[in-house]
This record gives sequence, structure tokens and C-alpha cells, in this order.
Amino acid sequence: MDLLIPSSGLLFWMTLVFLIVFFILRKYGFPVIVKMVNERKEYIDESLRKACEANEKLSNIQKEGESIMQQTREQQAQLLSEATATRDAIVEKAQDKARQEAARMMSDAKIEIEAEKQNAVKGIREQVAEMSVQVAEKILRQHLSSDEKQMELISRLLDNVSSPESNVSK
Amino acid sequence: MKYFKQLLCTLLLLMAFVPAMGRDMSKKATVDIEEILWGHIKDSYEWHITDVGTEGNMHPVVINLPVIVKSSTGWHIFSSGEFAHHAEGDRPGPYSLVIKSAKDKAHPNQIVEKIGNTEVRPLDISITKTVMVLFINAIILLLAILIPARWCKKHKPQDPAPKGFTGLMHMFIMNVHDDVIQPCLREDTPKYAPWLLTCFFFIFFANLMGLVPFPPGGGNLTGNIACTCFLGVSTFLITNFTGTKEYWKEIFWPAVPVWMKCPVPLMPFIELFGIFTKPLALIIRLFANILAGHAIALAFAAIIFIMFGIANSAMVNYMAGTGMSIVSVAMSVFMLILEVLVSYIQALVFTMLSAVFISQAHVKHHEG
Repeated sequence: MDLLIPSSGLLFWMTLVFLIVFFILRKYGFPVIVKMVNERKEYIDESLRKACEANEKLSNIQKEGESIMQQTREQQAQLLSEATATRDAIVEKAQDKARQEAARMMSDAKIEIEAEKQNAVKGIREQVAEMSVQVAEKILRQHLSSDEKQMELISRLLDNVSSPESNVSK
Repeated sequence: MKYFKQLLCTLLLLMAFVPAMGRDMSKKATVDIEEILWGHIKDSYEWHITDVGTEGNMHPVVINLPVIVKSSTGWHIFSSGEFAHHAEGDRPGPYSLVIKSAKDKAHPNQIVEKIGNTEVRPLDISITKTVMVLFINAIILLLAILIPARWCKKHKPQDPAPKGFTGLMHMFIMNVHDDVIQPCLREDTPKYAPWLLTCFFFIFFANLMGLVPFPPGGGNLTGNIACTCFLGVSTFLITNFTGTKEYWKEIFWPAVPVWMKCPVPLMPFIELFGIFTKPLALIIRLFANILAGHAIALAFAAIIFIMFGIANSAMVNYMAGTGMSIVSVAMSVFMLILEVLVSYIQALVFTMLSAVFISQAHVKHHEG
């Protein structure tokens, strides 16, 4: 039966030791650990949430990037087509201008050539006339080198004057 | 090294023969089971570890513990080794103090002071075996909690998680805190959690240390009624001194038909009775469970010694002893594993029921 009767000495020590241990642990033990673990839990939850958000943001950014890329590509294509058009127009215009210029130059050249030609022809004509006069003179001189010949010519000329008919037949 | 485990098992089994070698095997032996069992389970003024020597010439190996008593001649502090060593009977010591025999009716195994012809129990706060176990247990408990707590002081929540013992204790503490205390107490948790956690780990470590068969373990702290009595009474005090108005109303004027409480206060009486039975159940449950565990462990060990001395023939003794040793060791291993489980369960049950009782004393106003 003494098994069921608590001994006073042990009860005294039990109370003393247990209360000391309890007060130490209440001050330095359990609340510290519980607080720390809860803080860690909160921190981890927070981190997870943040990571989730970041992930979402990242996927958003990716999507955004893709759309920007798409837009850029479109713009690029547009710009390229515009550039092509402009280039074509410029080339066309340049060609046009060149053609006109060429035509103008050609016509100018033609006029000049014509003028030159006229000049040349005129010169040639003059020279030819002079030369023919000179040739004629030379020939005449040769023909009329002697007196008999001069006389013959005079007579012939006189003949012609008298009978123009015979002159024509000659 | 491959067969290390097998070798160890064989050696351990062979060790069952060791106690039998010291005596003449052809004779019947008497093993005082009662003495072994109660000697272990009950408190004593010295820590008896074992006996060495051959039969008839045994020396006990004991750790003498300080005796602190206040007798009629004042305070006395001395070693328990100063008491005479008799196996049986009263053991006289200094200052006319006597440790009474285990078979004494009034004060078995206790110090009494002889004044003339009367025996008076002095004020006795000796460091007995159980008190020593209590001290050791308190130190282990403090270390086991303060080391992980110190880690918390030195680290920030952003640091990597603790490993090893600290991590284990964090998990263990949070398991008890979140799964046992929190669901019962809810918003009152921070107020009562340290007490309940201290109870849990105190009981748990005391139970486990009780399973270690040699010092510093081997004591029987939670299997001692004084220890469980303190724990139960503290729960009782906390429950009733922090109880709300609703709690007392439910006891003295519970919501039952009027005839059950008006002329004859039947329900109030039952409820009032319940106040005392609840902590009493806590006290007895823990005490009885651990006591039974120790008793069974000892009984299995004692079977070996009984069987080695069962008959007057060496042959029969060896046969019976060896055969029973194998069975007994196997059963002891099984029981020890079971006791580890019981250690945890009993600590958990005590904490959980305490939490439930405290939460019942904090009932908020019923709706509807």
C-alpha cells in the first residue's frame, strides 16, 4: 500500500525541480523554439508565395516579350516594305530623270551637231567654191596660155554670141 | 565485420550464463523475486547497481546518496553508507536514525528516529535514488530543450534549417505543440503551451531513462506515485484556478432537465466528482503504466535466474535455464520495444488530456 502513498521528500524535490525546470524552459526554452519555428514557417510560406509571384511575372514577361517581338517583326516587315517602295520610287524617279536628261542632252547634241554640220557644210561649200574658182582659174590659165588659144576662145565666144543655137548644141 | 551482428547476438545470449556460473549448479537456488522487484520499483536511500562475488559472499555495488533529515536533534546530512548493511531487518545509523526493514508495517524502507521506544518519522528530504533520477532527468531535459533553443537565438529565420538533434527536437516540439496542444487550446495555446510541453518532455525523458538498465538510467521516476501526483495535482490546480464562469456554471448548473439537478443535485454531484477523478485518472494511468512496464521487464529478467536454479540437478538447471533464457531475452526485447512506444504514448496521453481539461475549463459562452 505504501506504493500508493507519495513520499513527502520526493514530492518536495519533485515540486522544486519541476518548477525550476519549468520556469527555465518557459523563459529560455519552448517559446523561443516555437516562435522561431513559426517565423521560419512564415518566412518559407512568404518565400514560396514570392517565388510563385515571380514565376507568374516571369511568364507574363515572356508573353510580353513574345508580343513585343511579334510587334517588332511586323514593324520590321512594314518598314522593309516601305523601304522597298521608297527605293523603287527613288530608282524610278532617278531613271526618269536620267532618261529626261539623256533625252535633253541628245536633243542638245543633235542641235549642236546640226549647227556644226551646217557650219562644216558652209565651210566646205566656200572652200569648194574657192577651190573650183582656183581650179577654173588654173584651167583657164592653162587653156589660155598661148595667143592662138586666146584668140580661138575669143572667136568661139564670139561664135556663141552670134549663134546661140550652135552653142547649146556644143 | 560481416557477421558482427550475429556475433553480438550470440555473445549476448551467452551472457545469460554468466550469473549462473558463480554457483553450484547441482543445487536448487532460491531467487527472492519479490525483493528484486520491489527493490527496483520502490525508492531507496542508495542506488543499488548489482552484487558481485560468489554465492554466500556477495558484495553489493551501490552508489551511496546523501541523507537529509530533520530529526528531533536538528538537521543531519550524511551519506547513506553510514547505515549498516544488512540484507534483512532494520539498519541502524547515526543520530539514532534507523532505516526500517522492507517488511515493516508502518514505515517500510524508510528512515525513522528512535526516541525511547517510539519510532518517529523525521522530516526527510533525502536525495534518494528517485530524487537522483529526477535530477538527472531534469538536466537531460534542460539540455535537450535549451540546446535547440540556443540554436534559435543564434540564427535568423532566413538561415538554412537545423540538422541533427536540433532539427529533431524542433520537429518533435512542434509536433506536440501543433498537433496536440493547439487543437485543444486554440487561442489560449501560448499561455499554457510551455507548461504542457514541459510536462510532455519531462514524462517522455523520464520514461525513456527508466528503460536504460544501468545508471544514469534505470530509475523509476514516472512509476513513482509522488512524481505523477505532482503532475496530476498541478493540472488540477491549473484547470480549476483558471476556469471561467461558464466552466463552474456547467458544473453546478449543467444544461440537463431540471429534475436531475433541482431537488437532489445529482448532476452537480457527478460533475463535482469529475473534477477530482480527472486528475486522479491522470496520476494513476501514468504511474500504473510505467510501474507495470518496469515490473514486466524485471520479471522477464528474473525468469532466467529462476530457471537456472529450478531443480537439484545441474543438467535440468542448464537445460531449463538455457531454454528459458532464449525465450526470455526475446520477450524482453519485445517488451522493451513496446515500452519505448508506451513511453511516448503515456507522455502524449498525459499532455493531451491535460490540454483537454484545461480547454474544458475555458469554455466560452455556448451559442444556441
